[in-house]
Amino acid sequence: MEPELLRFTTAGSIDGGKSTLIGRLLHDSGAVPEDQLESARKASRGGLDLAFLTDGLGAEREQGLTIDVAYRYFSTPRRKFIIADAPGHEQYMRNMATGASTAELAVMVLDAREGVRPQTRRHAHIAWLFGIRRMVAAVNKMDLAGYRREVFDEIRREFGRVAEKLEGMEVHFIPVSALEGDNIVRRSERMPWFEGGSLLEYLETVPAGGFARMPALRLPVQCVIRASDGFQGYAGQIASGSVRPGEEVMVLPSGQATRVRSICAYDGGLERAFAPMPVTLCLQDPIDIGRGDMLADPARPPLAARQWRATLLWMSETPLALHHPYLLKHTSRLVCAGVTRLVSKLDIQTLEQREDAGLRLNETGTVEIETHRPLFCDLYGQNRATGSFILIDPVSNQTLAAGMIAGVGEGRGGAGQPGLTVWFTGLSAAGKTTLNHAVRERLWAMGHKVESLDADAVRQHLCRGLGFSKQDRDENIRRIGFAAELLTKKGVIALVSAISPYRAVRDEVRANIGDFVEVYVNAPLEACEQRDVKGLYKKARAGQLSGFTGIDDPYEPPLNPELECRTDRETVAESVEKVLRCLEPRLR
Amino acid sequence: MLEAESIHILREVAAEFARPVILYSAGKDSSVLLRLAQKAFYPAKPPFPLLHVDTTYQFPETAGFRDRTRAELELDLIVHIPREAREEGVDPFRLGTQKCCALLKTKALLDALSQGGFDAAVGGGRREEEKSRAKERVYSLRDLKGRWDPRNQRPEPWNLFNGRIEKGESIRVFPLSNWTELDVWQYVHQENIAVAPLYFAKEREMLVRGDLLIPAEHSPPLVPGEKPRKVMCRMRSLGCTYCTGAIRSTASTAPEIIEELRSLRRSERENRVSDHGQEGSMELRKREGYF
Repeated sequence: MEPELLRFTTAGSIDGGKSTLIGRLLHDSGAVPEDQLESARKASRGGLDLAFLTDGLGAEREQGLTIDVAYRYFSTPRRKFIIADAPGHEQYMRNMATGASTAELAVMVLDAREGVRPQTRRHAHIAWLFGIRRMVAAVNKMDLAGYRREVFDEIRREFGRVAEKLEGMEVHFIPVSALEGDNIVRRSERMPWFEGGSLLEYLETVPAGGFARMPALRLPVQCVIRASDGFQGYAGQIASGSVRPGEEVMVLPSGQATRVRSICAYDGGLERAFAPMPVTLCLQDPIDIGRGDMLADPARPPLAARQWRATLLWMSETPLALHHPYLLKHTSRLVCAGVTRLVSKLDIQTLEQREDAGLRLNETGTVEIETHRPLFCDLYGQNRATGSFILIDPVSNQTLAAGMIAGVGEGRGGAGQPGLTVWFTGLSAAGKTTLNHAVRERLWAMGHKVESLDADAVRQHLCRGLGFSKQDRDENIRRIGFAAELLTKKGVIALVSAISPYRAVRDEVRANIGDFVEVYVNAPLEACEQRDVKGLYKKARAGQLSGFTGIDDPYEPPLNPELECRTDRETVAESVEKVLRCLEPRLR
Repeated sequence: MLEAESIHILREVAAEFARPVILYSAGKDSSVLLRLAQKAFYPAKPPFPLLHVDTTYQFPETAGFRDRTRAELELDLIVHIPREAREEGVDPFRLGTQKCCALLKTKALLDALSQGGFDAAVGGGRREEEKSRAKERVYSLRDLKGRWDPRNQRPEPWNLFNGRIEKGESIRVFPLSNWTELDVWQYVHQENIAVAPLYFAKEREMLVRGDLLIPAEHSPPLVPGEKPRKVMCRMRSLGCTYCTGAIRSTASTAPEIIEELRSLRRSERENRVSDHGQEGSMELRKREGYF
């Protein structure tokens, strides 16, 4: 059995002794080869500077500070560790964030003589922002504070107040001296008042995998694999959830459903695969799928949109420029994007949001982002892999920012998609609502803002009290038309399903709205009567309902509908495809 | 976990670059990398060629293993020999290992990459190997001359890699970044991967200089009175013979090597003569374009 893996990062202000602490941890747990010790000893100016074990770059040794994240590896019989030893200097905060982005836990190093410094707050916040919910606060340099309990307790209170503001953050405090080795690997005898274990004991026993991973399947497609025998599979790393052959998956952006035929692997087919396994899936239906598309759980699909609210950590010397064309990389999807608004910015000193212009290196803020093509995301708090992205400058190729999805954006009229009303008309039980909802799912999955208005449902509120006389029926349609018009103006696709039997009022609504697509959902009366899902035809035939369309009230079919769906001859899927093809040119 | 991460990286490279290549040294990391590439694109073949820079100072077993692997797996493998430098008489004995390495490896590699028009070169480097490698990105940008600027690396949050480059620039990719030597051997064992025989203990002709064991191949100059001796030993890391020190060992199978590594307190590249020039010599060579 392989020992469990724990990834952690260091955090804390410059000169707090992070590199020394990691050096001590590696040294005392026997993870430093003797020859490396010798060479660190040679490089140190007298004695052994443990920081030299991790500070790998020439400039770092010259300046005595850590510039870049150094990754370190060690293992004990109980666990394997990957450490991202992050720099504490303000200038290199983006590198600290990089370390935090893949870590499950942070070791926050505090100087016993200094307590909480501005950089301590910043790092704590960045760690929290990047999804870390478990932290060890190592109060270091206890040797310089006489190993006194009061010093530790004071810093514990002080940092406790910082951590309080970070929702869901669990902090475990340990007094240590990295220089002397107290409470790093072995429990210290110089602080008998501290009853807890050493840092290593804590790291070996704390539950691993400390961040949320949702159960719903997300598989971003990295590439399509084709082999000479006609094999075609979709390769990617499962970001969350699991998959088995035979299960239904939803393909995004098309929203089409299909089933998994097999999970292909080098060592033979798999009966089940789960995150974070890399897989190659073969699907039942020949669907057009490429890099950047996503396979997802159809019952719990991701958010699909072109407008997003996100938190950014700006990582470049070039500040944020609103509406500037950027590239956005999310999973395996690369799209054009622009930041449309800086909603708020975090004041690093007070950790409060404030309004401010501009976002510069190492600053964080909440923004609205618009992408040219839809993205399929989960909130970062629910899924790290599908909730994160980077922004790239297409000119300099620099990585500009790390982003975390906070929600679907509000969008603004005109900036996003054009609005549209799709009007499904036809006899009762012709299949209007079924088609409406199926089209809605697909449009939604493609990232459109979409709303269904169903005449039966609308009669519960907006049109309550209206009857089925010609006058009431026209009034019903006018009200629905008015609601659809408002939605259309706001850039929403309004999908209306209503029998709407009279041609004149349909044309009136069409004239008011303008962007109007009439879909004649056509099935012969006999077919509808046979379906009679709600039992209404039966009642009408029995004389219990009067003025029922098709029985004792006329239905006036559209003369020039944009589309006709013969639901008695087409499957729902075929009708859906027809509707989408008809809408496609209008949605560009 | 590590396997998943590496396969993800290999697929990203295949999808994002026009002409990627795998740098194949015939060493253990290369063997693991090759298996990962086979897995990543199975049942298709890895969609990139392999490139081997043959300095001609390597072990005959290295070339033998390379050729067997090439034949067995039907690999598209390019062997680049720095002929010009060899004709000019570049050798490690007269020039010293640093200069030799600059000409026979670094320059040769850069030449081969530019001749092949490769925009991404995938290597088996691991962060654990050396402390300047510990700071290396998974996607490491190189300028027109193949140089690395450690102060100007792109931040690389999560596993979102930025592979955007200008014409002439290239990216070095390290899918095994987070693997340790022990991880490599455990994987070799678990997956039953063939590795070069030089890794397994055997009696070999060696020059014994203090703690150093220098292979006798390619006739390195002897100090007066010195004679090669048969020593039971194995290599931990493969390079040119003169720069590849061996370690005394009796470990002749992967499980024995795993056992040995658990108790070894010396680092993997310690015996690599070329790394010793000065503190930070790997960083200097990397800046110039070394892998």
